[in-house]
Amino acid sequence: MAKKKAKSTTRKKKTTAKRGPVSKKRDAQTVAAIEALADSVAKDGLKGRDPSMDIPLRTVSNMNWNKRKRILEMGDATQTRELFNVGQARKFMQSLLLAKGCKDLIKAEKTLSLRGMYYMSLHTIEGTKEKTFNDQSESDTVLEDLEVGLGGLREELHVFAKKRGTMVGNITIVDNGDEINCRRMGTGGYAIPSICEPSVMQFKECDAKFVLHVEKDTVWSRFNEDRFWEKHNCILTEGSGQPPRGVRRLLHRLNKELGLPVYCLLDCDPWGHYIYSVIKQGSINLAFESERMAIPDAKFMGIRAEDYDRCDLSADVRIALNDRDVTRARQIADYPWFKDKRPWQKEIKKLLTNGFKMEVESLITKDISYVTETYVPERLKAKDFLD
Amino acid sequence: MPPAASAPRKKSKSRTAATAESMAAMQREISVSEFFAKNRHLLGFDNPRKAVLTTVKEAVDNALDACEEAGILPTIAVTMLQTDETRFKLTIQDNGPGIVRKQIENIFGKLLYGSKFHRMKMSRGQQGIGISAAGMYGLMTTGKPVKIVSKTGKRKPSHEVVLKIDTSKNRAEVVSDTEHPEDDKFFADGHGTIVTIELEGKYQKGRQSIDEYLEQTAIANPHAEISWTSPTNETVVFPRAMNELPAEAKEIKPHPKGIELGTLIQMLERTEPTSVSSFLQNEFSRVGQRKASELVKLADKKTSTTITPRTRISTMGHAEAEALYKAIQETSIMAPPTDCLVPIGSRALLAGLLKEVQAEFFAASTRPPAVYRGNPFQMEVAIAYGGNLAREDTARILRFANRVPLLYQQSACSSFKAVLETGWKNYGLSQPKGSLPTGPLVVMVHMASVWVPFTSESKEAIADYDEIRKELRLALQECGRKLGTYLRRRQKMKKEAERRSVFERYIGEISTACHNITGTDARQLYVALQKIATRKTEEADQKLDQDGKVVGKQDALEKDDDVIILHDRSTAGDEGSDSLFDEDMPARKLPRRGSKAAKRTVKKKSTRKKTSRKS
Repeated sequence: MAKKKAKSTTRKKKTTAKRGPVSKKRDAQTVAAIEALADSVAKDGLKGRDPSMDIPLRTVSNMNWNKRKRILEMGDATQTRELFNVGQARKFMQSLLLAKGCKDLIKAEKTLSLRGMYYMSLHTIEGTKEKTFNDQSESDTVLEDLEVGLGGLREELHVFAKKRGTMVGNITIVDNGDEINCRRMGTGGYAIPSICEPSVMQFKECDAKFVLHVEKDTVWSRFNEDRFWEKHNCILTEGSGQPPRGVRRLLHRLNKELGLPVYCLLDCDPWGHYIYSVIKQGSINLAFESERMAIPDAKFMGIRAEDYDRCDLSADVRIALNDRDVTRARQIADYPWFKDKRPWQKEIKKLLTNGFKMEVESLITKDISYVTETYVPERLKAKDFLD
Repeated sequence: MPPAASAPRKKSKSRTAATAESMAAMQREISVSEFFAKNRHLLGFDNPRKAVLTTVKEAVDNALDACEEAGILPTIAVTMLQTDETRFKLTIQDNGPGIVRKQIENIFGKLLYGSKFHRMKMSRGQQGIGISAAGMYGLMTTGKPVKIVSKTGKRKPSHEVVLKIDTSKNRAEVVSDTEHPEDDKFFADGHGTIVTIELEGKYQKGRQSIDEYLEQTAIANPHAEISWTSPTNETVVFPRAMNELPAEAKEIKPHPKGIELGTLIQMLERTEPTSVSSFLQNEFSRVGQRKASELVKLADKKTSTTITPRTRISTMGHAEAEALYKAIQETSIMAPPTDCLVPIGSRALLAGLLKEVQAEFFAASTRPPAVYRGNPFQMEVAIAYGGNLAREDTARILRFANRVPLLYQQSACSSFKAVLETGWKNYGLSQPKGSLPTGPLVVMVHMASVWVPFTSESKEAIADYDEIRKELRLALQECGRKLGTYLRRRQKMKKEAERRSVFERYIGEISTACHNITGTDARQLYVALQKIATRKTEEADQKLDQDGKVVGKQDALEKDDDVIILHDRSTAGDEGSDSLFDEDMPARKLPRRGSKAAKRTVKKKSTRKKTSRKS
């Protein structure tokens, strides 16, 4: 396919010689927040008060469904983390250590992975055999608390997660100054980075008309090999199961900035439904970032519970629902954003009456390329989506 | 049984039938000594090791009894010399009143001779078997006679008597009799007795050894000084912990309810000829004129012949005696007097335990007197917990009856069963089902009674009467509750101490981090935070009572006279902490010093720590 270089929504920023992952302005704000935190601890301590920090609660009870914006939002409830509380003292200390680490990163204009961050703050507390962190998971959760507490994104703290997720399609992007043509990514595709903020990644040129997001790598490879994105002029992404925030942020930007509709091709099971729910409404853990992550207009393409009959699939593809699946499905049906949508209620009910799950790969039993040549094109044509 | 003449005689040539006459020729009286010589296991001489212990035990018991009766603070020396591989010479010396020359043969040469069997008085010895049996055992195993040296007063000469027991006659045979002049140097106090017995035996330390017996004797008799020289020539002195003798036990008459029919008939036969009424009043405790006539009236109804209070007892036959016995059972009679009992007492119990057991917590409980089968008795329990006692072992039970340690047959003893059935889990100890609690615990049980119901003549276990078990249980529970309170509180203090160390551990990190972020003075912040930490955990230095309320300098538990807590032996924070403050757990030491001193120590510590941080 010929390159179309013409009109494109160029949002390219002027690049300076040396740049951090985040704009200078945001950096300054983050540093100020970190300093304010340390300052309040020091002031409290010097005045003989109990040092404490407020951290918004990241629990289901503190989630609100914003009906107008159609996203999950974080409530106002906070938990106070105190130094002089046996259960919290260690986390308090860890929060400050990580805050210090983040400030150092911002000053150095560098980024680190979550694991790197863990190592950066890891040492043995003087005079004891106790380490500041026992393992990475301990530092990860404290860091998540810290980002909510500081009201900044992890990316703004100069910390990134492991890369996960792949993209290919009719789009050219600029990633940290390098121009990347996503039409020429071979079989591997473009690995979506953890940080997809506009200061790092800009969209240079895009012909695609929609985004097709599939659940995992195997299905994505099928689509890529069949050059589906070329035939249907779209962008093809994959999130290795529950999409990481890099993928979600990219999808959000493609949807919001380029106005591309997002269609999801996921498994027919509660897990698939939940992935869709996270893409569309936001997750509980990252509810404070929903505004920058959620895609309320995302559509669920399939596969659907009725596809077993509709596509005349063989009985071999059925995977029995276990008790946990059933409970999970009922919970999802009860989510406020699914509750008053009759098609969704019907879908989940059908899943439960079927009594089995189906993976996207099950369509391969029909034909190797059934999913790319028949299934998806038919759905697109019929505009047969769940919303 | 007559020889079975009608029975067909087979060809049993070897068998010669005995006739009544030939059998009669064989039948003769068995002397008590002979009986016990054959059945020496009944008296505790079943094996060489136990024989040695029993000998020491009998001699020491007699010595203590004699001293107390004479109002002398006992000083006892036990020496064990090895003369051959399996032969030992045991010498027991006391500072008691001595024995008059005339009685020496009877006391040491006759079984079942003594002052204690016929009276109802609390004493260590009961039957009058012990020491003569020991001498007999020595004679039988080594052929060596018993040597007794005794002096009854400063101005009197001492007698040295060497005795052999004639087992067939249950009588002593004097081998030699020497009179030493009155100025001999054997007795520092001017009176006392030395007994030397040579016997076949074995010496081994550990459980059920002489060492253990003497140690426990010292616990139950804190007024005695006991020194012990073992065959390995090591001398241990158990010092006197109290300079007062226990009150003297009063002798009482038997209680009617504790008498069996046979005994009653015997008593009727033996007493002076008198009326039934005065017999009852004179021979029994708690029977006055009114009670006597009440009993007689009731007995009268139960028999065809008439019995009046004035009936001569010589006219009373078996039927009348049985009627009287039944009447006694059906009438309620006041419980026997209890002033005949001299318990060790909580104070002395604690003093004894404190002296010999390296524990941190001690509690004692003395029950009011009670009665079993008409015999008054009183139970006492003391417990010791923590300190240097072994943590993983099961609890150790020290059993005593009338101040005598019981070392054998623990599981047959009523006290053991009572400890088993006490729910120690309620008091913070672990207790596998159906066994003793585990932990650093020593339980001491003492039964004081005019007649301790032993399960055998060797006096090793207390028989399991319901009344005894109940009293034991109540005493154990009382001590257990106190231990529970203490353990709960200790747990709480330990938690507070942990809390403080948690805070102090992180304060350094926090001040450094704050310094790096904002440039605050790390040292200043460190000191400030440390102050807050101390303030926050000051509760660790406070005393809390049972309900967790803060109280003044002393709490209810420490005010309790029956409880002793040694804070310096406390092990509250020792278990597996790798905190900064291992070398000085503030929470367990500070409470004794008062809060001002506590603060000062902490401050000092903070500066010390600070400097080490800088270097």
